[in-house]
Amino acid sequence: MQKMPNWADVVLVPVLSLVLAAIISAIVILAIGHNPIDALGIMVKGALGNSANVSYTLYYATNFIFTGLAVAVAYHARMFNIGGEGQAYIGGLGAALACLYIPWPHWTLALIGGGVAAAVFGAAWAAIPAYLQAKRGSHIVITTIMFNYMAYPLLNFLLNGPIKAGGMEPATPSFAEAMHLPNLSAILGAVGISFSDRGPANFALIIALLACVFVWALIWKTKLGYETRAFGQSETAAKYAGIKPTKIIMIAMLISGGLAGMMAINNVMGEAERLVLNAVEGAGFIGIAVALMGRNHPVGILIAAILFGILYQGGAELSAELRIPREMVTVIQALVILFTGALDNMVRMPIEKLFVAFGRKGAN
Amino acid sequence: MDLLAFFDIAVLDGTVRLGVPLLLACLAGLYSERAGIFDIGLEGKMLIAAFLAAGVSFTTGSVWLGLIAGVLASVILSLLHGLASITFRGNQLISGVAINFFASGITVVAAQAWFGEGGRTPSLSGAARFESIQFPGALTRIRDIAKADLPMKVYSELLSGHTIIVYLCILIVPFVWWTLYRTRFGLRLRAVGENPGAVDTAGISVYRMRYSAVIICGVLCGLAGAYLSTGLQAGFVREMTAGRGYIALAALIFAKWRPWQALGATMLFGYLQALAIRPDILERAIGIRVQTQVLDALPYVLTVIVLAGFVGKAIPPRAGGEAYVKER
Repeated sequence: MQKMPNWADVVLVPVLSLVLAAIISAIVILAIGHNPIDALGIMVKGALGNSANVSYTLYYATNFIFTGLAVAVAYHARMFNIGGEGQAYIGGLGAALACLYIPWPHWTLALIGGGVAAAVFGAAWAAIPAYLQAKRGSHIVITTIMFNYMAYPLLNFLLNGPIKAGGMEPATPSFAEAMHLPNLSAILGAVGISFSDRGPANFALIIALLACVFVWALIWKTKLGYETRAFGQSETAAKYAGIKPTKIIMIAMLISGGLAGMMAINNVMGEAERLVLNAVEGAGFIGIAVALMGRNHPVGILIAAILFGILYQGGAELSAELRIPREMVTVIQALVILFTGALDNMVRMPIEKLFVAFGRKGAN
Repeated sequence: MDLLAFFDIAVLDGTVRLGVPLLLACLAGLYSERAGIFDIGLEGKMLIAAFLAAGVSFTTGSVWLGLIAGVLASVILSLLHGLASITFRGNQLISGVAINFFASGITVVAAQAWFGEGGRTPSLSGAARFESIQFPGALTRIRDIAKADLPMKVYSELLSGHTIIVYLCILIVPFVWWTLYRTRFGLRLRAVGENPGAVDTAGISVYRMRYSAVIICGVLCGLAGAYLSTGLQAGFVREMTAGRGYIALAALIFAKWRPWQALGATMLFGYLQALAIRPDILERAIGIRVQTQVLDALPYVLTVIVLAGFVGKAIPPRAGGEAYVKER
């Protein structure tokens, strides 16, 4: 029996969870001696105040769409991929190698070549944990965390040695001019909308939106997606229906790693136009919060990613104006994960009871 | 090549120092997971304990008050984990992830608001920190130790000169073994992780058993974190746990959820960490210079190799990760 209507499940519960997360965040801001209403005002203005700020917000949102989708695809196969961070680092390496060593004549070709390289590298970084989970039963959560910790020293080594540009900074040389992706201002300008060109949002946003459509079609419109969801619901039932666990785990994790890696289209190819050491900036982890908040559905993930983009860009303004460290965003992110993920039943159960109670009254 | 260099006394001494927080966190996870509650939030609990222990120690000048504050903070996060995973039957992995991020963020935000030093506490000294205990007759100066013969080196560097928490740790493994295998509490704890339904049928509260396990886990994580910031180092810096909570989890799997094996596993990982900060000794032992980044990655690489099955199949407690729903 369905205890409450669909809209309550899809909208009411997540919104209430968010309100709880917001209240606790406000208490934290109050406790460190600032006014939460002022802080909110600064964040919203900093994230949406003018089109340059909006560009930053959309740039961050693009990162989070990729990493959120990555977590969601794995989650449908009941794999908890915490390795998005490392996969995005290695995806960045793939994109950088493709752009540095292959002289793409035009940005469209660079986009395809670099994007594929990013996806392949990200997927490869997810492949070993996936294989170990499927074949040896090593817990995917632990192994993907270990791979996160391995990605950083690897890049640290490469960016300080083999692929380092001249100068002090651990970074690669800049990619050739012809490979630079058009920014949002150029894209919107082509259809007659004026938009600031001082922000980092770029063509990757469109790829991210296409990725949303791809994941939706994959999970809900293909046989593979059906098998993945069946496996995620019940491994024994799926096995009985002839679905091979190894195949599902491997494919889901490879797609997941590939999506996380493709974040490099945005941050490496679109924004920095070279590979720097801390290119990912925690976006892989924010993907977990985004996927949970978006209920692992591309539409939800899109909305959640924009919300976190606002939070992230607003958080930067917050640290500039009130000297609240950027880690405040990590706190909010943790609270969102806690309330929409782990404490879901705390919010859900009372609402279910309410609906059951009112439902009975209506029937009488 | 000088394979004896692998047994360098300084590295073994570092093994003990670095192995102790891993051991405490590993045993914390052991209690929790043996009771059927997966806990990937060890990292976050250690981190918040490290921060509060250092902050309170600095403010009050007493390391013991700091220790208490650190343990309390860790237990509060444990109870949150219990609330999510026992009472509200939420996903235990997600709850652990939330706790880790919360600790990672709040420690920096609070440290900045409290001390204004960019997310760290001021350095601790004197009574605000666990001093090393020197055994009678032990040499303390590095130059003297270098000249001494082997038994004196072992006595002065490896055995003497640790903090009280390290010495207490000698007792903890037999104690955990005893509670787990020789007491009624331990029997029930293990049963609740394997077959909570049977425990419930026997008239014992599954919830109470699991909450006790989670609280013990919080206390041990708190000790581990407090040791990091007030014993091993003199003060808190951001992300100072540096993945130790996850390495402890890996050690727990390596040890197949058993206390003596946990000691072995954590000391092995502690040894790797100790070796990673002494590249000169590794170079002497194998005769090639190794990039520091390789050493940074080494504990994690070895963890994966270990998890990949060189330990035989590790079977977790059967009811691990699943919430218990009491029948009505």
